[in-house]
Amino acid sequence: MTDSEAEAVRTPTVVLVDDHAMFRAGVRAELGQRVDVVGEAGDPSTALNVLRATRPDVVLLDVHMPDGGGLAVIEKVADSLPETRFLALSVSDAAEDVIALIRAGARGYVTKTISADDLADAVRRVADGDVVFSPRLAGFVLDAFRDAPVTPSVDADLDQLTPREREVLRLLARGYAYKEIAAELFISIKTVETHASNVLRKLQLSSRHQLTRWAADRRML
Amino acid sequence: MRNATADRDHGVVSPQPAYALPGAGGPSAPTLYRRPDRGLIGGVARGIGEHLHIRARWIRIGFVLLAFAGGLGIALYGAYWIVLPTAPDAGKGRFPQWLEYLVSGLAVAGALAASLTQGSVGGLFLPTLLACLGGALIWRQATGSDRVRMRRLSRNSLEAEGTASMGRLRLAAGAALVIGGAVLVLARADFTAIRDGLLAMAVTVIGLGLLTGPWWLGLVTQLGAERSERIRSQERADIAAHLHDSVLQTLALIQRNAESPREVARLARGQERELRTLLYGNRAVTGQLADLLRRAAAEVEDDYAVKVDVVLVGDTAIDADMAAAVDAAREAMVNAAKHSGVTTVSLYAEVEDDVADIFVRDRGAGFDVDEIADDRQGVRGSIIDRVERHGGSVTITSSPGSGAEVHIAMKLGSTK
Repeated sequence: MTDSEAEAVRTPTVVLVDDHAMFRAGVRAELGQRVDVVGEAGDPSTALNVLRATRPDVVLLDVHMPDGGGLAVIEKVADSLPETRFLALSVSDAAEDVIALIRAGARGYVTKTISADDLADAVRRVADGDVVFSPRLAGFVLDAFRDAPVTPSVDADLDQLTPREREVLRLLARGYAYKEIAAELFISIKTVETHASNVLRKLQLSSRHQLTRWAADRRML
Repeated sequence: MRNATADRDHGVVSPQPAYALPGAGGPSAPTLYRRPDRGLIGGVARGIGEHLHIRARWIRIGFVLLAFAGGLGIALYGAYWIVLPTAPDAGKGRFPQWLEYLVSGLAVAGALAASLTQGSVGGLFLPTLLACLGGALIWRQATGSDRVRMRRLSRNSLEAEGTASMGRLRLAAGAALVIGGAVLVLARADFTAIRDGLLAMAVTVIGLGLLTGPWWLGLVTQLGAERSERIRSQERADIAAHLHDSVLQTLALIQRNAESPREVARLARGQERELRTLLYGNRAVTGQLADLLRRAAAEVEDDYAVKVDVVLVGDTAIDADMAAAVDAAREAMVNAAKHSGVTTVSLYAEVEDDVADIFVRDRGAGFDVDEIADDRQGVRGSIIDRVERHGGSVTITSSPGSGAEVHIAMKLGSTK
């Protein structure tokens, strides 16, 4: 309910970055009046100019593009546009590409086969500061933390998920909506959102953490 | 491919009208004929002259000069008379056929006898005669394209197109060596016979190598280039065939079924799956749980025109128990597709250390779980009993209006 009130106040501004003009046109038509599409770009360098000029709330970002893809856009723009949030959109099945984009700062990942309603909903949630876990991303994250090395470290809690977070992720992977997860686990929707945000933060930070530890280990040898 | 080669050959040949047979149009090669109707004796000189576009007079002078070399000219003339076919458009000769053969045979025999008795030039006579005859025979047997290539290559060597000075140098060196070899043979210098012969042969071979080397090289590289081009074009043809069989056919089907969104979506999904397999290959190892589940989901997608969201975490080898779990999951997906009334089904499987959990969920009509106990053979027989027989467990969560979820849990390696 609060979502729809927020929407009534202001529709989020969106920029589409995808190298396929046909796909951009399709998304623009699908989203229609539900969001305010303020710009489009077909490659990373155009995207930089468009983003700096329009400063949108949300960037719908294709993972695979010529000249570095979505990763290049996030890395160049994220610092100068702290208010802008990125939602990765891809046909890719490759977990490493998607995880790389999330680690670079994207607030969620959805597949291009997503329905128009779900996409509009995802854009709104990202604009509100939430994270968007498609079932597939939830599966990727579970996989990533499953394969993570279990060596003890100083900041161990960043390297693994709590049982509750794991539960939330599993339900997300099973196709549950936040509301359904909340009902299933007898917690509030807000708590589900917090768990999801924590998982995303861990995903983003744990790589940095692991990298530092790896480097430290090397120096000690 | 074949056309391209022919065109290329044609492109090289056509700027040289001397090689094109008038009226033949293209590279069909002129054949060397004897012209008994227009020649002085057998028409051999006339035929050769017409073929090489040289006046017959010079050919005749050549034969006469060679006749002094131990009768070589006479023998050659006789031999050519026998070997060369008469031109098809030529009228009848002035002599009957049998007489021609008799005369030519006598000429060859006479020249041979003369050279053998003469001795000194005899060593040169026989090989030269045989070489000339061999050349004539090869030329007669060669196919049209062979002749075109031979001409082009000999032209490369003799005219030395491109790097002219280099070619001329090569030609001069080759010719010098060949002549040198011949002179050595003729002079029979005071070396011991064997060393003399070997040296002469070596020099001659080197000379021949220089003269014909580029030709062999060209032949080999041309063969290699043609083969790799053939492989490339075969790959292109394979991909084109695949795109035609799958993508184009699917697009055609989609256009025909444009009124039925369900059918269009089904076709597009199937095609997407197929293209992914073609482009990225099948990353899953065959016979693993994830692979079988993915395949089962694809079959359900195709058969029931629904979309199955597949999310898989971890993987394990398949055994009889896991196969049963996969079959049960497939049945659960089929049920969801048939009865839920929605077009999206979620499949989630996670393999942990000792157990594999498979969830099949839909957000459709749902049903009362207590009612399925007896009257729904599909659920009881194909899902619950099947899994429990293999030591697993099934939990079904549903109520009317809130969708349904089937949870299949199967222990890993329980058969051991």
